Amino acid sequence: MPEAANILELRDISVKYGAIRAINNVSFSVKRGEILTLIGCNGAGKTTTLRAISSMVRVSGDVTFNGSSTAGERPETLVRRGLCHCPEGRGIFANMSVEENLSLGAFTRNDRDAIESDRQRVFTLFPRIKERLKQNAGTLSGGEQQMLAIGRALLSRPQLLLLDEPSLGLAPQLVQTIFRIIREINQQGVSILLVEQNAHMALQVAHTAVVLETGGVAMQGPASDLARSDAVRKAYLGH
Amino acid sequence: MSALTDLIPAHRPSLAQSLFAGVVVPSLCAIGVGTLMQFGVGPVLGDYWTSVGVQVGIAVMLAVSLNIVNGFTGQFSIGHAGFFAIGAYIGAGVSYYGALLIWNDASAMAHGAPLVWNNSKSWLFGAGEWLMIGGAILGACVAAAFGYIVGLPSLRLRGDYLAIVTLGFGEIVRVLLQQTRPQVFDGAELREMSAGELVIPPLGGATGFSSIPKYANLWWVWLFVAVVVFFAYRVKVSSTGRALLSIREDEIAARAMGVNITKYKVRAFVLAAALAGIAGALYAHSGNVLQPRDAGFQRSFDCIIFVVLGGLGSISGAALAAVALSIMTEALRGPEPILENWIALLILTAVISIVAAILRAVGNRGWRITLLMAVTPLSILLLGLASKFFTDATGINLADYRMVVYALLLIVVMLVRPNGLFGLTEIWEYFGPERAKKPPTTPPTASQAAAAAPTEGSRP
Repeated sequence: MPEAANILELRDISVKYGAIRAINNVSFSVKRGEILTLIGCNGAGKTTTLRAISSMVRVSGDVTFNGSSTAGERPETLVRRGLCHCPEGRGIFANMSVEENLSLGAFTRNDRDAIESDRQRVFTLFPRIKERLKQNAGTLSGGEQQMLAIGRALLSRPQLLLLDEPSLGLAPQLVQTIFRIIREINQQGVSILLVEQNAHMALQVAHTAVVLETGGVAMQGPASDLARSDAVRKAYLGH
Repeated sequence: MSALTDLIPAHRPSLAQSLFAGVVVPSLCAIGVGTLMQFGVGPVLGDYWTSVGVQVGIAVMLAVSLNIVNGFTGQFSIGHAGFFAIGAYIGAGVSYYGALLIWNDASAMAHGAPLVWNNSKSWLFGAGEWLMIGGAILGACVAAAFGYIVGLPSLRLRGDYLAIVTLGFGEIVRVLLQQTRPQVFDGAELREMSAGELVIPPLGGATGFSSIPKYANLWWVWLFVAVVVFFAYRVKVSSTGRALLSIREDEIAARAMGVNITKYKVRAFVLAAALAGIAGALYAHSGNVLQPRDAGFQRSFDCIIFVVLGGLGSISGAALAAVALSIMTEALRGPEPILENWIALLILTAVISIVAAILRAVGNRGWRITLLMAVTPLSILLLGLASKFFTDATGINLADYRMVVYALLLIVVMLVRPNGLFGLTEIWEYFGPERAKKPPTTPPTASQAAAAAPTEGSRP
């Protein structure tokens, strides 16, 4: 299969929850190797867009991942194709050990040596996780849980990582760390679609940004341009 | 070095290796357990407590099997007795009608060893017993098929809604069993029945299915207990087990990790149903009259109590709760059986205490839980004494209130240990070298929680 320039393309996708249209005709694409951030107010449809991409909700319109459609795929088959969704609220398995959490990240794989090298890569990114391997994941602090969630997602060896609010509920200093690591992961060749409330930080790390408003795309363009745009600054950056 | 890659073998084990580790060793262990129970423990117990021992084994199988669905996977099923009854009626049908057709005689004496009732003049492995094993396997298969059917709605339902579906399943089985034909006691009469008449099988209807040969002695029952426990343990530590646990923890995250939750939920139901079917088939051969109410919710609730009390997800916890509660319901019948065995109870206390002392001496942290276990026989004895004095003094027989005592104990345990006795932890995880007290490291909260975990054994 020839490598498509865009790892992900959305064309006019809509999602309905019953009679409510959560997102309406959203179109954008993620270039291979970039960080794209999806920002917007509460209820703008950011999380729904991620769920639509990973086939967790029924979607109308075209989602193309890595050159082929995701229609009829299930979240678990998409993981095998290299799309990993790191859900909002961390979603770690609290009563299982950190080790078991990581091994579930590699659930779809059985290439022993490659898993081990990916695991070492996760430990380099998050030395904290290595110290806590035998501990129950529920006993980790919020920041450590977020690191575990990202590390676990990396173990599925994704080509595209969907991150849903990784800064949720974290202290400002930890947010800095998480974003630095997100950039590192990206530099190692993983494309990232980042959903964030913290528009300021998100626009700093991302290459491209898409602004969602009431279920539709309001603006899109290079992140640096959007950070300078008056409308975005008023609406999301507060100055 | 790392446990994660240990889970994936460096090279595929050969067929001989897998067979040895997965079949030969556990089979030998199971035979060992059965032999020990039959020839070591049985003679000490005497006839009455031997029959209790058989019922205890069946309760353990039920608890461990339900734990796969309710414990590992976190799907609340309250129709487990339905699978149990399916296994029981099929197992009974095969060995009763099989014996009737082959030998024109379904009594246990002729074709197997009714060891529960008579230890002296009997032999193992009579042809009738193999008929029972065949029936148990068939019962397990049919129960598994029903497990698949019941598992399917669990894809869309969870929590209370799934509970109602499974409850409905148990009741359907109960009502269908009530509608079966009266039992046939004569081989010739059975042969004359047309195929059309056998569409509704003669399983006794509302009056029950009786005269089933009593082949389920301690040997067979505890052999299967060992097999079931081993099987459940292997499921728990396999990748299937991790997938089941991840569904229990967080369905969305499990899907995001690539776990096909549909497949694994149904798998959990099928496995649990098959094991319950085996338990049912053995129950049918343990001297009971099968009745449609065996599929009813009373028995399902008993299973749930074992699992919740022992710890959702802990195989050893659920098994231990099943043992303790089954014995307790018997012991609470009156002080006499307890007081008659006071020497045995004291010896048991002494032996376990000595084991605890040795564990402490060699620096094994398991001594605390061992000591707790030593208190159990002692408190049973004290309970018996107290109840005898109470009865002598007031004339009120406490045995009449035994279900109140039972319920009170459940309430106390759930208040003291809301996650069940063991939570997700297995009992052997309490043993091991004593852990050194770590100096507090940063951040203190997480490391303190970890240090507290082994003694408390509680997982949040």
